[in-house]
Amino acid sequence: MTLKFALSLSAGALALGLATAQAQEPLKIGVVSVLTGPAAALGQQVRDGFQLAVDQNGGKLGGVPVQITVIDDELKPDVAVGKVRSYVEGGKVDFVVGPVFSNILGAIAKPVLDSGAILISPNAGPSTMAGKACHQNFFVTSYQNDQVHEVLGKYAQDQNYKKAYIIAPNYQAGKDSLAGFKRYFKGEILDEVYVPLTSLDFAAELAKIASAKPDVVFAFLPGGLGVNFVKQWSQAGLTGKVPFLSAFTVDESTLPAQQDAAVGMFGGMTWAPNMDNPQTKKFVAAYEAAYKIVPGSYAQQSYDAAQLIDSAVKAAGGTGDKDKLRAAIKKADFTSLRGKFKFNTNGYPIQDFYLVKVAKRADGKFQTEIAQKVFEDYADPHAKDCALK
Amino acid sequence: MNTGLLIVQILNGLQFGILLFLVAAGLTLVFGVMDFINLAHGVQYMLGAYLAVTFVALTGSFVLGLVLALAAALVFGLALEFLVFRHLYERDHLDQVLATFGLILLLNQGVKIVWGAAPLSVPLPEFLTGNVALMDGILYPTYRFALIGSGLAVGALLWFIVEKTRTGMLLRAGASNAPMVSALGVDIRKLFMIVFAFGTMLAGFAGAMAAPILSVEPGMGDTVLILAFVVIVIGGIGSIRGAFVAALIVGLVDTLGRSFMNDLLRLFMSAPSARATGAALSSMLIYLLMAVVLFVRPEGLLPARGRT
Repeated sequence: MTLKFALSLSAGALALGLATAQAQEPLKIGVVSVLTGPAAALGQQVRDGFQLAVDQNGGKLGGVPVQITVIDDELKPDVAVGKVRSYVEGGKVDFVVGPVFSNILGAIAKPVLDSGAILISPNAGPSTMAGKACHQNFFVTSYQNDQVHEVLGKYAQDQNYKKAYIIAPNYQAGKDSLAGFKRYFKGEILDEVYVPLTSLDFAAELAKIASAKPDVVFAFLPGGLGVNFVKQWSQAGLTGKVPFLSAFTVDESTLPAQQDAAVGMFGGMTWAPNMDNPQTKKFVAAYEAAYKIVPGSYAQQSYDAAQLIDSAVKAAGGTGDKDKLRAAIKKADFTSLRGKFKFNTNGYPIQDFYLVKVAKRADGKFQTEIAQKVFEDYADPHAKDCALK
Repeated sequence: MNTGLLIVQILNGLQFGILLFLVAAGLTLVFGVMDFINLAHGVQYMLGAYLAVTFVALTGSFVLGLVLALAAALVFGLALEFLVFRHLYERDHLDQVLATFGLILLLNQGVKIVWGAAPLSVPLPEFLTGNVALMDGILYPTYRFALIGSGLAVGALLWFIVEKTRTGMLLRAGASNAPMVSALGVDIRKLFMIVFAFGTMLAGFAGAMAAPILSVEPGMGDTVLILAFVVIVIGGIGSIRGAFVAALIVGLVDTLGRSFMNDLLRLFMSAPSARATGAALSSMLIYLLMAVVLFVRPEGLLPARGRT
């Protein structure tokens, strides 16, 4: 080998090395979601909503190519914490988006935040992390959990219903739910029922409702529980007789199974697929084309999380300066599918809440639709316990 | 407490019990006759429901869809027997539990790939929609009456087969002492295959019948499997009669417990604590019942004869 040849070779290698260094380092984003078990229908929406936003941006957020790692938390805190810890410790991670459920969030928050990554929850919004345990690198693009239940309590109170029958699963979120409803509803509670999370058949509860004759029923029965309850509700002949208010019981993830039985039932949410703005129309059409189902709030909040990252990375010129990036996120300078969207001091949104009603569309599919606004610019009450300014 | 509500709740309990019986009957046969622990019985129930979803949508008729779903469940059961279970009969219980648990994971994931993760449903058959008025405005869904009726019919059929036919005689003999039956020249392999296929079909039938009232989703068989084990332990392993009686008892205890426990406790407790205790106690009730039965009659209420 001649000296000249060796020199040109090393010069070439040097040039090559420089070229790679100049190419942008991709944004590393972990999407933590539940993709196995009965709750996978929700998790898939979170994953797909995020992916859709990235695809529409040509695989980039804030002008930087993204490298997404999807992590299945299996809805098991121990599994989630193990997988997430090894992911964030495996290299510089910029953002972690997830999860769906609050108990998983409780498990993964510490390892993610300790690693210096920014954690954005597209769904879970526990009261603890809105108050004392708030964190400067933690943001929520959904809502604080209590608020959704409060929407129905406020509505029931506004309607001047006197007697309510309320039902939820026998676990912490169920108790929080009924407490949230009662915070605004001041009428008489005929019965407050807690059913096991594994309930299949609600015939016994439905018979009691029919015989107690309440003015209104409030239910928090997520996933399969809600499918069973709603189908059996209509089979028991209660449709149209008692107003049915609910939280996370009739939404786009359960409607394909509930179908006609759910039409006319009410829920509470910050958005619905028929929201009257151009960005929602575009989002719903694109989502349905890509994934063949009507997107629910889970997909919408995850899509907004991607838009938030896009806006913040663009404004901060990358993720190098964390303070700059944080400030850019707090501005929430993106066009939310909800229209209005801004962050409170605790990283939770201040936004409008609506009563939504289940309807059958002209094409035979089912979706929730905005019925009326219940809260305007509603901030959660826990923000006052948060030390962040 | 009024009588109308009590009657409705007793019907609800019976109906829940009948559903459990359909699942437990197959399980207790396979367990009793073949000494085979089939944890995959629950996913076979789930599969029955999913097949019903597909075939009812395809044919547009509930009855036709049900028949096709049963046939498909039977074929699937035979295929499983041939591919998996046949190789496990000689193995010990731990191997059986491991292999059939593996099947649970495989099939739960499998239905998600084929049908998707979101819950599905089967519409009520036209002629069974609506309600029957029992008394002063107390309604009971017609479909649930149909469910009770079909469950009783299956129970009667099983009783006939087990008590009055030659196959049934071999079944009872097999449940008491399988090696002896084999030694007497009966093709025990064939008997096992029939039992297994029939058990699978019963589970599939239960799933298909439950599909219009319950949500059809991955993992739906797991809860039912646990309840079915409670039923066969209470009833006595291998005993169809035991499974029937125990299923009705479990259905009634669970339903009545959920309906009236709160009111009962409220007689001597404050409302909030009655609510908390009631919710906890009523969901434990059937397991307490099982514990008591195991303590008093470890072999179950109506054990298969000659079984030790």
